Parts: sequence; C-alpha cells; structure tokens
Amino acid sequence: MEKFDVIVIGGGPGGYVAAIRASQLGLKTAVIEKEHLGGICLNWGCIPTKALLKSAELLQKIKHAEEFGIITEKANFDIKKIVNRSRSISAKLVGGIKGLLKKNKVTIFEGTAKISSPKSVLIEGKGQKTSLEAKNIIIATGARARILDGFKPDGKNIWTYREALIPESVPKSMVIVGSGAIGIEFASFYNALGVQVTVLEAASQILPMEDEEISAIAKKSFETKGIKFYTAIKLEGKEISNNTVRVAFLQNYTKMLVEAEVLLMAVGITANIEDLGLENTKVKLDRGHIATNGVCQTAEANIYAIGDVAGAPWLAHKASHEGIIAVEHIAGKKPHELNKLNIPGCTYSTPQIASVGMTEKAALAAGYKLKIGRFPFYANGKALILGDSEGLIKTIFDAKTGELLGAHLVGSDVTELIHSYVIAKSMEGIELDFIEAILPHPTLSEMLQESVLQAYNKPIHI
Amino acid sequence: MPIKILMPALSPTMTEGNLAKWVKKEGEKISAGEVIAEIETDKATMEVEAVDEGIIAKILIPEGTEGVQVNSLIAVLVEGDEGDADVEAFIAKFSTSPKPVEQIAEEKTQAPAEAKLASISVPNAPAQGVSTNKRIFASPLAKRIASIEGISLSNIVGSGPHGRIIKNDVLSAAKSSKGSIRRDKEEYCLVPNNNMRKVIAKRLLESKLTVPHFYLSIECVMDSVLNVRAQINANFESDKDKRLSVNDFIILACGKALKEVPAANASWTDSAIMLYNNVDISVAVAIEGGLITPIIKNADQKDIVKISSEMKDLAKRARENALAPEEFQGGGFSISNLGMYGIKSFSAIVNPPQGCIMAVGMSSKRPVIIDDKVEIRTIMDVTLSCDHRVVDGAVGAEFLAAFKKYIEAPILMFV
Repeated sequence: MEKFDVIVIGGGPGGYVAAIRASQLGLKTAVIEKEHLGGICLNWGCIPTKALLKSAELLQKIKHAEEFGIITEKANFDIKKIVNRSRSISAKLVGGIKGLLKKNKVTIFEGTAKISSPKSVLIEGKGQKTSLEAKNIIIATGARARILDGFKPDGKNIWTYREALIPESVPKSMVIVGSGAIGIEFASFYNALGVQVTVLEAASQILPMEDEEISAIAKKSFETKGIKFYTAIKLEGKEISNNTVRVAFLQNYTKMLVEAEVLLMAVGITANIEDLGLENTKVKLDRGHIATNGVCQTAEANIYAIGDVAGAPWLAHKASHEGIIAVEHIAGKKPHELNKLNIPGCTYSTPQIASVGMTEKAALAAGYKLKIGRFPFYANGKALILGDSEGLIKTIFDAKTGELLGAHLVGSDVTELIHSYVIAKSMEGIELDFIEAILPHPTLSEMLQESVLQAYNKPIHI
Repeated sequence: MPIKILMPALSPTMTEGNLAKWVKKEGEKISAGEVIAEIETDKATMEVEAVDEGIIAKILIPEGTEGVQVNSLIAVLVEGDEGDADVEAFIAKFSTSPKPVEQIAEEKTQAPAEAKLASISVPNAPAQGVSTNKRIFASPLAKRIASIEGISLSNIVGSGPHGRIIKNDVLSAAKSSKGSIRRDKEEYCLVPNNNMRKVIAKRLLESKLTVPHFYLSIECVMDSVLNVRAQINANFESDKDKRLSVNDFIILACGKALKEVPAANASWTDSAIMLYNNVDISVAVAIEGGLITPIIKNADQKDIVKISSEMKDLAKRARENALAPEEFQGGGFSISNLGMYGIKSFSAIVNPPQGCIMAVGMSSKRPVIIDDKVEIRTIMDVTLSCDHRVVDGAVGAEFLAAFKKYIEAPILMFV
C-alpha cells in the first residue's frame, strides 16, 4: 500500500492549492479527482461564467459604440461561439493545473475516494480499486447546486448553473430563483443577450449578503436594463406545459405567477459529503457541512476539511486559503486562522459588485460608532472616460479606532479595485494609510481614497 | 555689498535662542517688513522681520538649530549684483565669530558610540515624545488602539506575520492588564528638555540657592467676595465668557494691597532696593510642558471686569504659545494659584528678580470660632514667600494684612 503524508480528496481550487503547498513543504502528496482538475471553479463556476459575462459586456459596449464615436454594423452574437470561448478558457486552465501539480511532484489519482479508516483511502476508478495509506487527509470535495423539493432540474426547462453555462440556444425568457452572485451573474448575462429575465428572491433585498445601499443601487441599475425583480417571496410551486414554466410564489401574502421558457435555480449549494466514508471517522457535521476548527481540522485530528464542504462563504479564494492553512498546520507551522471578515466577495455582473468586511447594518449591530464615506463614479474622471459613470464606493470605519470595518463597491471594474481594501484589512491599516497614499490619476482607484476622505469629512472632488 | 542678517535679541535678557523655522528660502526675494524666520526664545516663538530688502544669498544656520547666540550671523542678504565670491568673502569676515551649534552637530555625527543618545535628543522630537530605541513591529490599527487604551506596545508579544503585533494582541493585553501588574521592560524613557524646561530649572535653582526665603501664611474669609462674585456673574448669565473667577478678585486685591504697601513691590540689586513705580502682577499659568507668567499691568488701577478679560486673553494666548515677550517678561510681584487643584496651602519659590510670590490655596468651608461660637465660613489660605534681602517680615505681614482686608471686604476694592 503506497504511503503519503497528505492525501487531498478533490482537485478544485482548495484541493490543488493544498496539494501544491504540501509538496512545496516537503510532504509526499497525492490528490484524488473524480471528474476534472480545477473543480467547479475552473470548469463550471468562476472561470467559464466570467468568460460568458465578458462576451455579454463587450456586446453591450459595442451596442453603445456610437457614444465613443465608433460607427458599427448592428452588433450580433453567436451563442455557440460565446460558449466555445468560455469552454476553451476553462480547458486551457485545467491543463495548466495538471502541469502545476506535476511540476510540484504531486501524484494525481483519477477516481472516487472513500475514507476507509482515518489513515487510509480507497480509490475506485477505471474499474480498479487502489488503497492508499495517509498520515493526513484533506477533504476538499466541494459542493453542488442545492435542489429544492419540486424544482428538480430536468435540463430542458429547469436549469442549474450547469445548463446555463452551455446553452445550445438562447431562451426567450428566463425566471431565476435566487439573487446571490450566481443568480445575478446569469441574470446579467442573459439580459445582455436579450432574454426577458425575472429574478425571484426570498430575502428582502437582492444580493442578500451585500450592503443594503449597494444592493439597492445595483437593483436600480439592473431594472433600467430590463431585469424584473420580486423580493421577499416564498416559492409555492411550478407547472410546465408547452415548453413554458409557470412559477407560483407568494409576495405580501399575495399569490403571484411568472412564466418563462426556462427556470434557473440558483438557491445556494449542498456540500458533497456523501459516500466519502465519513462514518469510518470521528468527523462531525454542522448544518450539512463538515465542522472544522480555526486551522481546518475536523474532529478526527489528522483529517482536515477545506472549501465549500467546510462551510460558507462558498468562494474559491476562501477554499485556496484554507488549503494553505490546513497544510501549514500539518507541516507543524503555525498558520493564522481564517478571518472571514477579510474575505472579499465579488459579483461580475454589469455593474459589478465587490465587498469586504461588515455591511453598515452588521457594523451597527456589532455596536460600532461609524464613519461612513461614499464616493460616486460620476465624480471620477476615469469613470467618465470609460463611459461608466454609474456606481458607488462606500467605506465604513470604526469612528473610535479608524479600523476599516467594511468596503462596498458597485460599478465598473470594482472587482479589480477591492484588493486595496482587502490588503488594508489584512494588514490592519487605518484611515490614515489611505489618506496619506498617493494614487495615480486618472484612475478609478482614486475613488478608493476619496471615499475614505469623505468618511473623514475632507473629500476633494465632491 | 552683502547685508548681514544676525540672530536678533527679542528681549533684553535673551542671550541665545533656537532657530525654529526659515519662512524664506535661499534665492527668495524679500522686502522690508516681511517675516523671514521664526525664533524660539525662552518662552515664546517669535517672528523675525526683514529690515532691508534683497535676495537671501545664503542661510548659515539651518532651521531647528538650538542655542544660536544672539548677534551671530544667520543669513546673508544681497541687493542683486553681488556674486557668490562676494558672499563667501563676506561670510569669511565673520568666520572668527563662534559657531557653537555647527560644532555640536559635527560632534554628534562623529560619535557613533553615542548614537543612542543622539537619537533621543533630536531637536525636532515633539515635547511629549517618548523615545525608546527598540523598533516595535505593529499594525497601524494595533498602534492606534494601544494609544487609545494607553497600553505600551513594548511588552506585547505579537501573533501576526513575523511576530507583528496585531489588533487582537493589543485587545487581549488590554483585557489582561486590568487588575494585574505589568512591569514595563523599559525602565524609563527620556523626554528632551525644551527651552521652557531649561529656563524654569535655571531660574528656580538660582532662586533657591541665592534668595533667602521666608514664608508667611494667613487665612482669608471668602464669603463676602464669593457673594459679590455671584451677584456680578448672575448679571452675565447670558454671556458666560464674561463671568469672573475668584482669581480675578485675588489679582485685584493684590493690586490694591501693593498700592498700599509698595515696599512689597520690589527687587533686590546689589547696590539698591529697586522699588517699582507701577503695580505689575505676574500670574502663573500652567501650559503644556511647563508654566509661564503673563503680566496684568497696573492691576491697582484696573476694574475687575478689565482684569478678568485681560487674564482670560493672556491665559488663552499663553497656552497657544503666542504671548509677546513684553507680556510675560517683567512684573514686580507674582501670584501662583493652585486652588483649582484642591491644594489647601503651599509655599512657592520666589520668581527672581521679584521680591515676593503669593501662593493661593483652595477656598473651602471650615469651622471658625466667632464670638465663642463655632460657625461655618469659607476660608482660603495664602502663603507669601519673600526675599528677605528686600522684604522683611513686618513688610510681608503688612502686605498680607492689606490683601486680607480687601479680599474680605471687597467693597473696598471698588471705592
């Protein structure tokens, strides 16, 4: 039986990063992947969706080319080519992961893994069974779309993100249930392609994890693009006939009905914990996820769990970071525990939404006295040059200490701007660090500073 | 012909000062009357105005230099057509004059063994600056919280990247410091002496060493004056800035008493007793880093409202370090009042060259015997410190009796 210091189950952004780091630290490492390296992120999530959204964004830009003095023929698109581009980017990156793992001398096993004891893993694949001995096991099996009773996807009229990523043709209309990042990104994509999109959300605001003010700005922007929203709803049921889905729901105790060609379910995720052999270990669960401590260790001391399978937020970058924490702990280092308030969240719709830390509501609930800064895109030169004058940068500081409690951005390219706030939070910067910095002109980044200046009542450009 | 700019004497007693700041730079054109530099004297920062017009050819004393001798060359002005050689030649003529500061600066850089001390005594260090020579790695937020909570970072073990002190380390230190004793690893820190500190040290040491002090104490019944003050202040209910303090009445009573006993308004000189013809009272005001004694001039002739408004203005500007030298240099008699700190009585050190200083304690209700009965009265203790060379016991007693008369029967101050 081959022996490894670390066996990683799952080759997604948590698993492959953990494997590479483990190998770098001199641990003999294997990664077991049942379907495709890179996991959901590279194959069915982060990467291909952003590729689709880039096409949609470009299409909309070209439609507005005349504002920039460019005369074009009527812009059109080919959904097959859009999807092909998205798939080929994914394929290229997956190939890259394989290369990285090999370069770092990680052994790759293809197949399904089952933990037979806290120290051994059984792999089934290609009609073969292989047993491996493991000093440590990292579970990085990820998650899948959550399915609600009565809304089982059929691949034809009821979709999950899988179908939505590789449509053969574009439906005329679409109802999306769930307005988290996934729901909103698909709403933005299909809306840009001319699909009549309606979004249903159980919470009282769209993008429920985001700051209320930012959510409202985003909603208004989506509505002017023609997306319809129903918030604070309760799903009742659905009916399919003549290639049409009718979705019944309650809003304010009133029964409502929307119909569309396709119903896309984006109501969160379910952790992949089944058939893993967890019963052969002391690993404990917490609300459907594997329970872990600050260094990703489960109740079974040599078994770790990272990423989606270990709980929210369900983000690739959180999974990768947890992978590093787990491996460094295995290697006897003293990694810093994950601070969830320092993990940014991004939605790549048009406009984009990006945030890190506490919302205004959460900060107030935590008892802080706040200094809040706001800077709008329309007051920034570069935003006008880009033709994107819609958006806001909101910063929230603890009035007592100057700690950056949260930053909330909506507008063009904000997913590429949030990093400054992330670094500031990670290194415990205070308002002065922004106020004293010299930012390049003209850039969108100037707004990062202006928002902070505004929080301290000394903005220059507004 | 180049024109010399010399370190000015901003007061008759000034022998050296600090060149705090150059307002104009080399090559800049200046006209007569323009401010060219700021000089820190014993107790204030003063602006230096140009006498002539021209272009600053060379600045010889960099800003931030301490202890510049009065009348030493600090810069050279040219009228226009002089060359560098002219200026150099002109400066060379002055080269025989002492340049103590530059020498000291050189010694510092040549003495690496004393680098630690040198770093502590940087002239630009803020007055409240606390210097230690160990670099502490801490996040900006950790530093901010430590300063808010008043916690020293030097005893905290950091848990951040590479042992950096982070927010949580400071918060847990703040928690654990409650109720437990934490000895600071740094036994002491050095706060550089500013000019004011040096002057206080020099003058008060001189006073205690050379002035033969004696002390007289007396109790004053304050009920009447407090009553008068309450009546006047009731009138200023809407204008709180005009309200009178007990100290304003003490200054006035002192002024009247000095008028009556002029022998207490005097200084010692080797050849003669200097009796002052004006009643100018120095009043000690505590300011950041020390104290200063602005003067109420002709206090015997001013009414209480005038004294009060002058005192407020002087105290405010004293705290802003914005008094003109003539506003705090001179005076024939001093008052030091620590009543507001709850001090019952104390003895002050004579403020040379003056002959007397009156130390004022807190007014408080105390039992007193009146007509063989115990009664409650508001009593204030005052203690007069006298230079026995100038003021004998009887003169001091006479002055205190006069002061007591006025403060106990304030009506007499208004007739």
